[in-house]
Amino acid sequence: MERKGIVLFDTAMHGNGLAEALKKTRQDIVMEVRESGLKGRGGAGFPTGTKWMLASAAMADKKFVVCNADEGEPGTFKDRVLLDEYAELVFEGMAIAGYTIGAQTGFLYLRGEYRYLLAKLEGVLEKMRADHRLGENVCGKDFTFDIHIRLGSGAYVCGEETALIESLEGHRGEARNRPPFPVNTGYMGYPTTVNNVETFASVAVILSKGAEWYKQIGTDKSAGSKLVSVSGDCEKPGVYEIPFGMSIAELLEMVGAKDTKAVQVGGASGTCVPKSEFGRKVAFEDVSTGGSVIVFNESRDMLHVLKNFMEFFVEESCGQCTPCRIGNIKLLDGVEKIEKGECSMRYLNELMQLGQSMQVASKCGLGQSSPSPFLSILTHFQHEIFSQR
Amino acid sequence: MLVTEKNALTAEIEKLIAVHGSGREALLPILQQVQIRHGHISDFGQQEIARLLDIHPVEVYGVITFYSFLSTEPKGRNIIRLCRTISCDLAGKDAIIRTLEREIGVRFGETTTDKKYTLEFANCMGMCDQGPAMLINDEVFTHLTPQRIADILKNRA
Repeated sequence: MERKGIVLFDTAMHGNGLAEALKKTRQDIVMEVRESGLKGRGGAGFPTGTKWMLASAAMADKKFVVCNADEGEPGTFKDRVLLDEYAELVFEGMAIAGYTIGAQTGFLYLRGEYRYLLAKLEGVLEKMRADHRLGENVCGKDFTFDIHIRLGSGAYVCGEETALIESLEGHRGEARNRPPFPVNTGYMGYPTTVNNVETFASVAVILSKGAEWYKQIGTDKSAGSKLVSVSGDCEKPGVYEIPFGMSIAELLEMVGAKDTKAVQVGGASGTCVPKSEFGRKVAFEDVSTGGSVIVFNESRDMLHVLKNFMEFFVEESCGQCTPCRIGNIKLLDGVEKIEKGECSMRYLNELMQLGQSMQVASKCGLGQSSPSPFLSILTHFQHEIFSQR
Repeated sequence: MLVTEKNALTAEIEKLIAVHGSGREALLPILQQVQIRHGHISDFGQQEIARLLDIHPVEVYGVITFYSFLSTEPKGRNIIRLCRTISCDLAGKDAIIRTLEREIGVRFGETTTDKKYTLEFANCMGMCDQGPAMLINDEVFTHLTPQRIADILKNRA
């Protein structure tokens, strides 16, 4: 399948980021990445340059680079496509990170569901070692870096960076308290930078084409392009590369969505955008997303959608902290009450308050974002849902 | 379990440790391999892994029960994991649930008595643009229809 894109999906733009990076000093790379305005593509949007600056400033005899390929957010599959079709770009980005922060080892944490990609990815790594783009003396420079692939085993929470590190260390994937942050105390207690697959790929292009060029794409506060995974009620589902700042209406037009009632942006932990707000833009400063866009047409029952999301969170909560473990069960129970027509408005308001408490009281990103679909769907579609029951 | 089987499992775990190392970080890769080869990680296997990695068996059990792809109970040779998350739901996963239960003769969450199939749900497996989707062990099947299910199951060992 031929893909069209502006940065990652345009192979003419890929260039030779790793070789270009190794000509620069570590500080210059940090400056270049900061200058580009690149923010974490996993969804949280932390500035990549800042993360690398902190990791490179940390003093330790060992450091690690981790690529987060535990893509588990419902409706997200961009990393699968990137790893399947552009794995070299991702691995180059990891090597650039290794050079920048002073790490010799990188891990690709691949979700267990993508095990079928393993053999192909190992082949890509072998080829890169043979080309001296990994291993000892990368590109003839005094720099050693190699990448190992580790598999997940079916746990959504391991996409959270500290839970991922716990999993890499052979533990249950339960999130850690932050601070200390992984850039200081990460894998095995050593400074570690954990970045998304798409972030690494973007870095490789930025180092080859320059921060100035990259910054011209997107908006002032959200530089560059974003891969979005579109699924649901549309004619052409799939992965698209869009510049930040594209409106949801334009996006729907592009994928051939008709009679759209709502769009869930950012997956289960994202927000539900109703028709009246389709003018909003995909960008960190407006509707932020890790890449998931799920389209619902007029025929869909939003309560059914919400129930599916809440079942997801009840199953995937790691159970470590109370707001998330109990809160999600209560919210799902509330959805079932609404379904049966047994939920009073007073109880609904209590549930909404519970959701807000979960957002502030949960330990990690999973619990903090799990009430988002409940709050956004029951805010925008309350009348529709209750008028049917 | 026969003594010879126990010895064989111990030898196998020792070989895995030779590859992955004996540090705590080797635990997950070792468990994944034992799971793939034996369909589960038995009590004896857990104890041996714990002994050889010098950790408490409870630690091993705790890790196995955390991850949905690891199991302490025997599973079928073909573990079918149907995606139940929203995009596959919109694409019609309910009809596929009914088809699989009819064709295989057990409910979701169960294993056939001949240990040929286990039916499970999985959360989003990243095939949202091609749903409904399922995994049989490591293999992905997309755009499922009742007829396609029958074809896929026809030649399974």
